[in-house]
Amino acid sequence: MANTGWDEFEIGAMLRTFDGKIDDIAGTLQEDRAYSQNSSFVASVADWRLKKPVFNKDFCIDCQFCWIYCPDISIISRDKKMIGIDMDHCKGCGICVEVCPTNPKSLLMFSEQADEEAELAQWPAKDEKEK
Amino acid sequence: MAFDKMELRDIEVWDGNFAAAQALRQCQIDVVAAYPITPSTPIVEGYAKFLSDNYVEGEFVMVESEHAAMSGCIGAAAAGGRVATATSSQGFALMVETLYQASGMRLPIVLNVVNRALAAPLNVNGDHSDMYLGRDSGWIQFDAYSPQGAYDLNFIAFKVAEDHDVRLPAMVHQDGFMTSHTAQGVKTMTDDVAFNFVGEYKPMNDMLDFEHPVTHGVQTEEDWHFEHKARQHNDMMTKVMPKIQAAFDDFEKLTGRKYNIVERYDMDDADVAVICMGSSVETAREVATEMRAKGIKAGVVGLRVIRPFPFFEIQEALKGVKAIATLDRSAPGGAPGMMFNEMAGALFNEAERPLLSGYVYGLGGRDLTKKHLVDLYTELQANVDAGKVTTQLQQFIGVRGPKLAFL
Repeated sequence: MANTGWDEFEIGAMLRTFDGKIDDIAGTLQEDRAYSQNSSFVASVADWRLKKPVFNKDFCIDCQFCWIYCPDISIISRDKKMIGIDMDHCKGCGICVEVCPTNPKSLLMFSEQADEEAELAQWPAKDEKEK
Repeated sequence: MAFDKMELRDIEVWDGNFAAAQALRQCQIDVVAAYPITPSTPIVEGYAKFLSDNYVEGEFVMVESEHAAMSGCIGAAAAGGRVATATSSQGFALMVETLYQASGMRLPIVLNVVNRALAAPLNVNGDHSDMYLGRDSGWIQFDAYSPQGAYDLNFIAFKVAEDHDVRLPAMVHQDGFMTSHTAQGVKTMTDDVAFNFVGEYKPMNDMLDFEHPVTHGVQTEEDWHFEHKARQHNDMMTKVMPKIQAAFDDFEKLTGRKYNIVERYDMDDADVAVICMGSSVETAREVATEMRAKGIKAGVVGLRVIRPFPFFEIQEALKGVKAIATLDRSAPGGAPGMMFNEMAGALFNEAERPLLSGYVYGLGGRDLTKKHLVDLYTELQANVDAGKVTTQLQQFIGVRGPKLAFL
């Protein structure tokens, strides 16, 4: 698509989100949708991020605060269970960490280069002073 | 149908604004987003009245500016409706940014432009400054010389603009007050005949097609912008004129009224010709006939289609003519004038080309009198007799004070 000529695209400064006809899109999970190459879902903007959230499921209570507050729909939740982060679209804003109510938090921000396994291994302990 | 039909006499006495409003009613416009400005206001007022009286099934959107008016039209057209509005002058100028959006997004909106001068000084009367401002905006531009033209060209504009091979917005121009507020006999079509000429609106890539979601008005940078603009220009240059001609032919079969991309009057054997637009064409025709009685073979060429510019039709119309005058009703701001430049461009490579001189006239609604045109034709004949342009290339006519001429 990047190298097509002036006569090879649909007119109208217009892009299609899906390939072909769709129905019941609300009932179809993102990973099962036929997104077109033009959809922003297909594009990774991971390189916009300087800091990244790491999710620690050991402390998560599935309150869904992070899922509701994420401005980029990058918290992946299935059947009201938090299962991870869409790292292709997360911009590293840190809002999920701010709104996480657990002690210790189930989401923390780290530098983009941080090793996830190592950070999980040395996750902060419960903060007694917050009682 | 959920709306009432209107009984019209075969000939109604309408001014250009009411004729355009009636055409919008008969085309059954889905959405008109409008902001009033003299002298175009009665067009959208007329549509609103028809709507409230149940003669149209549609929506009238009152907005806070002309920029918002065209923005509303763009949204409605992208959603998949038949859309039109009207404006003039300062309102048109405020709309300019969105005009480029409409054409780039390939939305077949029809804009009635009742031509009026641009401030300063503020002036509500007719000249072609606003029309000229829109000429690079990627819209098809039709020019009406009379209320009849304002009525007829609206139908033709919809038919051409909405064609899926075209999908470009179109303006229908008429002269402020001289056409918009001067009542004349207008031959009408019945509601059914008129609607059938334009037909049911056929959406294309509409946002209300939920099975095929689209994003309209995308951003492209240096990697794509040029291709989009090239495609748009290609379609304007190659696809529009044949569709206009076909629409003119169909319209003639339906009504007997014949329109031409370039209107020619007494041009078959003309030595001298005036090229102009708007109500001036009708004045020039009258004078040309009188000049022939005096032995000067005078003709008139009127542009019916301004964009795409009828390059080849102009070459054809001016074959064998010895001297021509271009009439620009807009201050050219340091140049010879659009009409002068376009004619020069069309004729420069021709083996035999006429002597070309330009005139700036009628700014801010100043009358173009028959006397002005008699003098002009006489000057053109003097050019023919001398074998060269005997005056400066750009002259102002009808302005008080010492004679103004340049180049």
